Amino acid sequence: MSRGKEIIEALRTLADRNYTFMHICGTHEASIARSGLRSVLPDNLTIVMGPGCPVCITPQGEIDAALELAEKDCILATYGDLLRVPGSEGSLESCGGEVRVVQGVHKAVEIAEKTDREVVFLSVGFETTAPTVAATILQSPPENFSILSLHRLVPQAMQWLLEQGEAQLDGFMLPGHVCAVMGYEEYEKFPVPQVVAGFEPEDILLGLLMLVNQVREGRAEVENAYPRVVCREGNVRAKELMYEVFEPCDAEWRGFPVIPQSGLRLKEQFSAYDARKKFDVEIRHVDTHSACICDQVLRGVARPTDCKLFGTACTPRKPVGACMVSHEGACKIWYLYQRNP
Amino acid sequence: MCIAVPAEVLEIKEGKIGVVDYGDLRQEVRLDLVDVEVGEFVLVHVGFAIQKLSREEALETRELFRQVYAAMEE
Repeated sequence: MSRGKEIIEALRTLADRNYTFMHICGTHEASIARSGLRSVLPDNLTIVMGPGCPVCITPQGEIDAALELAEKDCILATYGDLLRVPGSEGSLESCGGEVRVVQGVHKAVEIAEKTDREVVFLSVGFETTAPTVAATILQSPPENFSILSLHRLVPQAMQWLLEQGEAQLDGFMLPGHVCAVMGYEEYEKFPVPQVVAGFEPEDILLGLLMLVNQVREGRAEVENAYPRVVCREGNVRAKELMYEVFEPCDAEWRGFPVIPQSGLRLKEQFSAYDARKKFDVEIRHVDTHSACICDQVLRGVARPTDCKLFGTACTPRKPVGACMVSHEGACKIWYLYQRNP
Repeated sequence: MCIAVPAEVLEIKEGKIGVVDYGDLRQEVRLDLVDVEVGEFVLVHVGFAIQKLSREEALETRELFRQVYAAMEE
């Protein structure tokens, strides 16, 4: 990590006041925690995780909707991350219904092709994942296949965080793989320093250095520290397919209120594949009463270790909050790598 | 959820399916979202290639690193 050392030296020289940056990606957090990167940063340079884990920001009401589909005897196909997320009564893992873990949506279609039962894919994820579902829907999967669309869009959450100001941020490290698909044009409207960064520790350090430099020089633009994967326009075909099949809708995020136009729902002409309509499932807002502070962790105003439950009542084996469940959740990552930071 | 892994395209089959090589693992992936040829690199996420990569772009990052160091030495 010799290059990294040089960047750390530069950061030590340049970080002349307190800087706080937010990243919005569980893969960034995993890389930061695994490499112990926070321990080598200057004390006045802080990087916090925002709402960058699609499983964690899926609110309880949507988990309850999935459990209702299991009760209605649908086979549920999902990414493994969702299995232990607590709903109001139990989780997918404990619900007794037929739940199958799949690599992606195409494998859920393969299950539907081999059965007469209804198969519902729990379609969670940001803009990296939504185009794969769109491409699959456009191939006219069998009639017994449908999706529960739980997709979310990253820029809308950033907009909310900026308007709200609670986390007092100097800038954002943008998620490299969301930007691989979407590009970064739509982030240019935000009047705040932003850098698209890759996932190696050196990539993240480079991103931090570029952010510090923007702040010092009074610039607020989008810079790309990950050009080996990301270009400004992104993957044009993937974006076109996504908006051919989905349209934005208002959506609640765990830890946030309803954020306007931050979700994706299937367009009218694809209603036959919409599990909400097909099985008449309603998504309700659920108030949670617990000492769990996942909501604050997701907004970047608390650290996992600030939670009284962290590592005691709440562990990956028996998670209380969603952030302890997913491999991309801040609490689970901290539990794995730095229980005593 | 947004983990994506680079892989080389070894073979392209009927129905937009490709065989890719991650280094020590070969797997079939969907190619619906990209136009690629055998020998090119893609980024694979949840069983789909979501973007094409090029060797030149990989080298560009190195150049960016170099520029940052040069700026630091000024």
